[in-house]
Amino acid sequence: MIEVKNVYKSFGDLEVLKNVSYTFKKGKTTAIIGASGSGKSTLLRCINQLEEINSGDILVENKSINDYDHKDLVAKVGMVFQQFNLFSNMNVLKNVTFALMKVKKMTKEEATELAISALTTVNVVDKIEQYPNTLSGGQKQRVALARALVNKPDVMLFDEPTSALDPEMVNEVLDEIKKLTQTGLTNIIVTHEMGFAKEVADEVIYMDEGMIVEASDAKTFFENPKEERTKQFLNKIL
Amino acid sequence: MNLFKYELIKDWIPYLSKGLWVTLLIAFIAAIFGTMIGIILVLMSKNKYLKKLALAYIDIFRGTPVLLQISIIYLALPQVVNEVLNGLFGLDVEFQIAGLVAAFVTFSLNSGAYISEIIRSGINSVDPGELEAAKALGISKYHMYKDIILPIAFRNSFPALMNEFITLVKESSIVSILGIQDLMRRQQIVSSQIYRYFEPLIIVGIIYYIVIKILSVIARKVEVKLAYDRS
Repeated sequence: MIEVKNVYKSFGDLEVLKNVSYTFKKGKTTAIIGASGSGKSTLLRCINQLEEINSGDILVENKSINDYDHKDLVAKVGMVFQQFNLFSNMNVLKNVTFALMKVKKMTKEEATELAISALTTVNVVDKIEQYPNTLSGGQKQRVALARALVNKPDVMLFDEPTSALDPEMVNEVLDEIKKLTQTGLTNIIVTHEMGFAKEVADEVIYMDEGMIVEASDAKTFFENPKEERTKQFLNKIL
Repeated sequence: MNLFKYELIKDWIPYLSKGLWVTLLIAFIAAIFGTMIGIILVLMSKNKYLKKLALAYIDIFRGTPVLLQISIIYLALPQVVNEVLNGLFGLDVEFQIAGLVAAFVTFSLNSGAYISEIIRSGINSVDPGELEAAKALGISKYHMYKDIILPIAFRNSFPALMNEFITLVKESSIVSILGIQDLMRRQQIVSSQIYRYFEPLIIVGIIYYIVIKILSVIARKVEVKLAYDRS
């Protein structure tokens, strides 16, 4: 469970998050939607401390993220990025085993075994010797997914995981994420894919100008939104 | 008409060729110490107090000719040092600096300024997203630098570093004014022996050209080997 409490965040003079509070439910998939610049990615990035919040608090399993050793926090909270962010100087296998060996201090054999099983799950095990530059966007994102999954996090953060993909590759990544939503993992997904949000999300949050405008279960959200701004947004994109 | 009088020059070719080792030695020493100085300058520029000093250093060495720098170190510095020592302490010493030492020092200092810029831009070329991914995986700063930033920075700056080395090989020719027997100096000596400029200059030119060609080819080969997109 992740509890966001009265979080404020600004970049210089620009207020990106204004008093955001929300409780992400354990084992559920929550989609965060909203226009660019609404603060949705920033909210996500505050959870694993890629951004530092200015005030308020974020609790992961009832403990403030500030009280965690960063290493222990990210062991619980994994992340998948829009631009994949694979290590360009390492091949696929090393990308997945690197943190296991350097952070979790596993032996090469243990790490390789876990990596191969994760890469098999996301269907890129035939690419383990290749470098990221030689992979397609969809393959890169699936490797990135495997890299996050081998750490066995309780929570996965997805920051627009399909926005940088060519249209024909979007589904192969969404399919893998969809599988994850059925495993009991807590997923938080920032996305522009409304169809996908509708299909897999248990809860949906709509953000605008650094605030949560509306949050409810997916069915209510899409079929019966309450706020005028949500309706306008949905009309524009659906 | 025979423009290129080979018979005049042929006995001098071994003597001329030996200058190559002096040229390469200066370039090599300067590349090694220059890289160390370059790394130190990059580290200094990360510190908010030392940053100005590093920037001033780089600015001065890049903003003046290397001929001026070597003249200051070889000619002016001993004079000033002698005046200070003898004036302040009443000593009577005659400190001098060997030509080769002045060459090593000047080219190392000069090259350090350029190499620091190369390393800095190599580090800047690392995709910040990869560092965020490393942070999101809990990877320590040490491993981030050692296993991600530096290898990528080195790979990205390799062509520029090699280019700097080639520049050193060529620019080191000015050490001939200190009497160091590099390729250019030997050409001058041979020219004064046989009363001809054309042949010694052409021979030395060919030696420079071949060596730099070889270095470029090696650079290209290593660059290909370093590329991460091989499958």
